[in-house]
Amino acid sequence: MKAGSPTNGYPFVELTDICFSYGDERVLDHVTLQIRSGDFLGIIGPNGSGKTTLLRIMLGLLRPDSGHVRLFGSDLAGFRDWNRFGYVPQKAVAFESRFPASVFEVVLSGRCGRAGLGRRYGADDRAVSVQALETVGMIEYRDRLIGRLSAGQQQRVFIARALASRPDLLLLDEPTVGVDVEAQEQFYGLLRRLNRDMGTTLVLISHDIAVIAQEVTQLACLNRSLVFHGSPDEAMRSGAVERMYRAESRLVAHRH
Amino acid sequence: MQRALLAGAIIGTIAPMIGVFLVLRRLSLIADTLSHVALAGVAAGLLLQTYPLAGALVAALVGAVGIERLRTSGRVFGEAALAIFLSGGFAVAVVLISLARGFNVDLFSYLFGAITVVQPRDLWVILVLGLVVFGAVTAFSKELFAITFDEESARVQGVPVDLLNLLLTVLVAVTVVVAMRIVGILLTSALLVIPAVTALRLARSFRTTLVVAVACSLVSVLVGMMVSFYLDIAAGGAIVLTALVLFGAATLARRETASR
Repeated sequence: MKAGSPTNGYPFVELTDICFSYGDERVLDHVTLQIRSGDFLGIIGPNGSGKTTLLRIMLGLLRPDSGHVRLFGSDLAGFRDWNRFGYVPQKAVAFESRFPASVFEVVLSGRCGRAGLGRRYGADDRAVSVQALETVGMIEYRDRLIGRLSAGQQQRVFIARALASRPDLLLLDEPTVGVDVEAQEQFYGLLRRLNRDMGTTLVLISHDIAVIAQEVTQLACLNRSLVFHGSPDEAMRSGAVERMYRAESRLVAHRH
Repeated sequence: MQRALLAGAIIGTIAPMIGVFLVLRRLSLIADTLSHVALAGVAAGLLLQTYPLAGALVAALVGAVGIERLRTSGRVFGEAALAIFLSGGFAVAVVLISLARGFNVDLFSYLFGAITVVQPRDLWVILVLGLVVFGAVTAFSKELFAITFDEESARVQGVPVDLLNLLLTVLVAVTVVVAMRIVGILLTSALLVIPAVTALRLARSFRTTLVVAVACSLVSVLVGMMVSFYLDIAAGGAIVLTALVLFGAATLARRETASR
C-alpha cells in the first residue's frame, strides 16, 4: 500500500466522542477528531493533556472507555492493516544506546509487520529499507551501531524505520526532544518533503508550539478535551492556544 | 565421548542464541529460575523412577508458562516473580530429594553435568529438542529482534508480541533441559548468559552478535569438555570457566581498541 492510495473518501482516522481515564483520572473527554489524507496535523497541549494517550488509542495500543474509532474506513475492532501506520515513539522508549543493532537492522525491523510471520526478509524488504534511509538522508550510516549516532541522527533512523512499512499515516510523538536546533531544522524539512512531495499524512505531537504552528496545516489543541481544531492561523487569531496554556508569554515571543 | 561432543555442540549452539535475547531483555535470571524449577522435575523423575529429563521438561514448561502469566499480569513487581519460582522450585526439589533419602549419583550428574554418561536416549532427546529451539529462533528471528529492540513498535506493527514472549520463555525452558546433561542444572544459566555478554562487548550488529555468541559458546563447550576429560574435572565447571576466560579476553580487547 503506497502513500496516497484511495480510501473511498473516508478520513484516515475518525475518532468520535473518545473518553479515557487512567483509574479515576479522566484523561480524554469526549474527543472528536478526523484526520484526512494529506493532513499535516500538529497536536499540542500541556503535560498530561492526553496527547500520547490519544495517539496510543489511534494505534490500537489502548482501548477507549467509550467512543468510536474508525481507521481507514473500518472499525477498530476489525482493523488489521496496521502497516498503514508508521509510528515514531518518544525517544526515551525502551531503547538503550548500547543495543547491538546496526542502523540498517533497525530500519529493516520496520518491515517486520509486512514481511509475514516466520519468513525471512527478502530483497524487496532490503530495497525499501535502503530507500527509507535515503529519504531521511542517513544511508551512509547504514552499518553504524545505532547507539553511536547523535540524538538527531537516531531520530531520523527511527523515522526511516517507520517509513519502511510504506505507511499512509505517520505518527510522531515528541520527536524533537533532545535534538539540537540545526537537526530540528533538517527534521522539519524532512517532514515538509514527506507531506508535500510524497503525500504522506503526518500527525505530530509536540510541546514546541511556536515551531509546530509554523509547519503544520492543521492544529489540534488538546487539554483533556479538544479545545481547538483548525488551521494554525485560526488558532492564533482565536486565542485558543493562549487560553489553553493560560497566558504563556513565550508563545508570543516566538512568532515570526 | 563422541556422543558427549555432539551433545555439547548442540547445546553450545542453541544456548547462546537464546541467551542473547534473554540478556538484551534483562531476563537473564529466567534461565536460573527455570533450571531450579527443572531440578524439581528431575527429583520427581528420580523419585518416581521415570525418565528424569521428561520430569525436567514438564516442570520447566509449566514454570515457563507460569512465569509468563505472572509477568504479564503485572501484579508482581519485576524480578520478584522469578524469585518466587526459583525458590519455590528449589524448595520442591529439596523436599523430593529428602523423600528419596538424600543425594545419589544420578542426582549429582544432573546437578553438575556428566558428559561421560550421555546415553543414546539422552542424545536423541538433546538432538530433537535442540533442533526445535534452533528452528524456532531462526524462523522467528526477525520478530524476536523487533520485540527485543522496541516491543511497543512491534506491537503496533501487528507482531504477536505476547505469543512470542511466551515462545521465548518456553524455548528457555527447553534449552535449560537440554543443557542440564552437559553443564548441569547449577551452571546452565551461565552457559546461556556468559557467551551472550561476551558477544555484546564486541557487537557491531545484531547478526554479528549472534554469530560471535555461538562461536564463543562452542569454543567454551568443546575446550571445556576436552580439559575436563583429560584433567578429570567437572565438565560444567571447565566449560563455564572457559567462557569466563573468553569474556575476560573480550573485555581486554575492547579496552585496547577504546584507548587507541
